[in-house]
Amino acid sequence: MCAEPLMQNTLKVLEKKALSVESFRLSLSRHGLELTRGHTNTLQINVGLLCNQACRHCHLEAGPNRKEVMDAKTVDEVIAFAKRGHFQVIDITGGAPELNPNLADMIERLSPLAPRIMLRSNLTALTDGKRDSLVDVCRKHRTVIVASFPSLNTTQAEAQRGKGIFHKSILTLKRLNSIGYGHDGSDLELDLVSNPAGAFLPASQVQEEKRFRRDLQRKWGITFNHIHTFANVPLGRFRQWLRHSGNLEKYLQNLASHFNPCAIEGLMCRTLISVSWDGYLYDCDFNLAKGLYMGGRKTHISEMDGPPKPGTPIAVSDHCYACTAGSGFT
Amino acid sequence: METYYDPQDLPKFEEITEDASELGKKFFDYYSAVFAEGDLTEREKALIALAAAHTIQCPYCIDAYTQACLEKGSNLGEMTEAIHVAVAIRGGASLVHGVQMRKIAKKLSM
Repeated sequence: MCAEPLMQNTLKVLEKKALSVESFRLSLSRHGLELTRGHTNTLQINVGLLCNQACRHCHLEAGPNRKEVMDAKTVDEVIAFAKRGHFQVIDITGGAPELNPNLADMIERLSPLAPRIMLRSNLTALTDGKRDSLVDVCRKHRTVIVASFPSLNTTQAEAQRGKGIFHKSILTLKRLNSIGYGHDGSDLELDLVSNPAGAFLPASQVQEEKRFRRDLQRKWGITFNHIHTFANVPLGRFRQWLRHSGNLEKYLQNLASHFNPCAIEGLMCRTLISVSWDGYLYDCDFNLAKGLYMGGRKTHISEMDGPPKPGTPIAVSDHCYACTAGSGFT
Repeated sequence: METYYDPQDLPKFEEITEDASELGKKFFDYYSAVFAEGDLTEREKALIALAAAHTIQCPYCIDAYTQACLEKGSNLGEMTEAIHVAVAIRGGASLVHGVQMRKIAKKLSM
């Protein structure tokens, strides 16, 4: 082993010792809880870590220099699995999924296989002028667009996502509205996702929906359907920032102190499986970032007859506190 | 270095009920009710608390309500404006006493 990985390992061990937070597994057992699968109805597909942005809160450390992109063979295997799985929801994510050259083809082929197809977008890759037909494909198949929009404030949004992002995001939201997305009663659903721009918990979803709806309409004439507010997960680039800014321990303690045992029942990992760009399965996108395989066993999508059975254990680690803080991450 | 204000002491606030539990309970029940959503939102109440915290210059309150404001969705611009409201009232309260000074000076002067 060369010196650098050895030093990184030592730092991780020291960090673990220094962080005075009860392990997530112990918290579950103290509350008499187990985290196991319910009926798996959602297939989340991570089509790659390539992204046109390098957001500071990204748990996957996605960015312009990443080479991990789902290839055509894996796309075929994922579509074959989607046929076997009879999912209710197919959720396409990345990186910026728009940068995967197979995305439009995937949406065409996946759309007949599930009633709800979702595309997670950072709002800058979708309308960068390099893939104009993609928006039309989404519109044609009534693909739900789930767009990252962390804050109504330019400084906060750009501190998290990079300079110039806010204005581009506003333009994309306007464009999506102009083709029918995000209006009341329309079947073209446009949802927003807001993550805090720092080491603090997210605002109440109900309150933020009211405020974003009022201010986006008033300032830019923009409408949307729903907003989801999520806590940042202490992994990847966000964890590095927490460590360097001296916020790691306090943030982990804050998440752990907001552990809500009632949130376990509705956690997304109970009904979702996540397939990575190389076709391996995880219980969620955060476990994918952490390298924790589904149920703790490395399984390729081509080995699966269908979704995992109800009652199958879910792999957990301390980052799971981000999903159980307050009302939970669903 | 030891200081009177240690951030680690803030979570011990609830211990204040230990030797006067009835009064402590009444205070914390009232406190929770004050900050719950009413005609004002929780976000607006946190901004008011932040401004008040700067007026009384309480480091515990500034720490707690900076975090609370961010968690309720406020941004640094709004939080700074809220403090300026407190500053304007505090400065104005001093300045408005100038009318007393002027009244007395006029009475004493030829």
